[in-house]
Amino acid sequence: MIPFISKRLFVALCVCLTVSALSFALMFLSGDPAIAIAGSGGRAEDAEAIRIAYGFDRPIVVQYFDWVGSALVGNLGQSIYFNVPVTEIIGNRVGVTLTLGFISFFVALVVAIPLGIAAALRPNGWIDRIALVIAVSGQAIPSFWLGLMSIVVFGVWYGWVPISGAASWQGYILPVIVLSYYAVPELMRITRSGMIEVLGTDYIRAAKAKGLPMRLVISRHALRNAVLPLVSLAAVQLGQLLSGSIVIESVFALNGLGRLAWESLLRSDLPVVQAIILILALLYVLLTTLADILNAVLDPRLRGAS
Amino acid sequence: MTDATAETKRASVWSKMRANTGVMIGGTLLALIVLIAVFAPLLAPHDPIAQDLTRRLLPPFWHDRSVPDHLLGTDHLGRDYLSRLIYGARVSLGVGLGVILVSGAIGITLGLLAGYFGGRIDMVISFAITTRLSLPIVLVALAAVALGGASLTTLITVLGLLLWDRFAVVTRAAAQSLRHQEFIMGLRAIGASPARILFLEILPNMRAIILVVVSLEVANVILLEAALSFLGLGVRPPTPSWGLMISEGRDNILFDPWLIALPGSAICLLVLAVNLFGDGMRDIMGPAKK
Repeated sequence: MIPFISKRLFVALCVCLTVSALSFALMFLSGDPAIAIAGSGGRAEDAEAIRIAYGFDRPIVVQYFDWVGSALVGNLGQSIYFNVPVTEIIGNRVGVTLTLGFISFFVALVVAIPLGIAAALRPNGWIDRIALVIAVSGQAIPSFWLGLMSIVVFGVWYGWVPISGAASWQGYILPVIVLSYYAVPELMRITRSGMIEVLGTDYIRAAKAKGLPMRLVISRHALRNAVLPLVSLAAVQLGQLLSGSIVIESVFALNGLGRLAWESLLRSDLPVVQAIILILALLYVLLTTLADILNAVLDPRLRGAS
Repeated sequence: MTDATAETKRASVWSKMRANTGVMIGGTLLALIVLIAVFAPLLAPHDPIAQDLTRRLLPPFWHDRSVPDHLLGTDHLGRDYLSRLIYGARVSLGVGLGVILVSGAIGITLGLLAGYFGGRIDMVISFAITTRLSLPIVLVALAAVALGGASLTTLITVLGLLLWDRFAVVTRAAAQSLRHQEFIMGLRAIGASPARILFLEILPNMRAIILVVVSLEVANVILLEAALSFLGLGVRPPTPSWGLMISEGRDNILFDPWLIALPGSAICLLVLAVNLFGDGMRDIMGPAKK
């Protein structure tokens, strides 16, 4: 167990370092960041002054380690646009994204797991068919378009929910529905296939044969094994929900991290963008690593592998 | 394999394709959209970027105010909506194909190398895949396009460099299982070079699963292009991209919701066609994924 976890943590650490280097490198993708900050009207002297003020004149490796070093103690640099610490701006916005992401994730699980189980109990039954329609349409409809259309229908035509913003809890209803809609198909599919596989095994047949009620067969015996692949996928989906909210936030005018990232990109506020990319990537690494460890705890067979 | 068995095998794939409703519907729809994209100049009634400010925001044919000259109405600059939708198919399919060429080349090469050689090479490439998966794709693509300057070439390059992961994962697994097959061992024993084994023997054996990944990824790319264009960091105006059309129609959704309903439906239809075709092909070709 310990070697498995320590190996997994080592890989996670390496991924974190690489990701930090990549998001740092993004700053230099456009060429000279000093010229970018000075703007199209900036003179050569301005760019030179900026280069010295921001430390762009130092070797790039030194700049990187400087950035990582201060990131480790919680300093992600200064916003070029607002001239306040990046962590402060992000701190103000992260709540909306986390609320949206976690509620959507919860809703998706609550919908997907029972639906997946019901579909697995009667393959090709009507629940299975409805589930298939949800899955197929969920993969074909662009999220931002579904968001806009739901605003038109439920916000404008019926007036059930506010059109934009998160001033009240009602403002979260549509974004949560739209965002969770995209996490449901995959979660449902893996619950269904896991359940179908488990339900065909001998020990389930034995449990049924000894007269155990179906409800107990599912909850005590089948679900426990079917849930294993779900844990890894759930971690991936939660990460994708958080980064996928960039589009949803801009559609519903929610002031979260995603919208902040987009606005910062439009005003070339690169330190903010870098920080958000880094945070989302680290969050993803954290979630998938936790899922792997959780899986190893749940299923002893996995500890030997990889 | 002799010519005769190859012939019957091809014939059986054909008959299976015809028996599969998903493949038939998806394939027909997809072929139709491809034809529309190819013959766009012949089909479009107007120039898709010609503005006519005297005829702004005309509604489609089912409205009373509609004009027969503009079947699906006009947008906020008086451009013919039907023509823009027709040319939009070119952008979606073009970006889809362009990105797949780049990402497929990268992913398949990496996957083949990792799966066939194993060991250190596999470790490095698997690490690259893990790292790539941890990047928030929409955000990184947005940032890269913003910094590289929004254009069709930048978009295709950026998405191509980002979306190779599924190709790599799938070909890696397939190469791992093929590596120990007798015909590959035999080739290695008679001294065939690794390049020959990889590209002339292993790769052709993966056609089926690669086709499935291509369809999944084309759908993915089309949706991403639409999202990026919608956020203003994809295709540049006045190019008629469906995602961009939705973003331009957004200001008028209160009174003219068809401005976003039409291009959105076009995206859905295309992605649905690609998905139905790909899913059906996966069923025909046997279990390819997982």
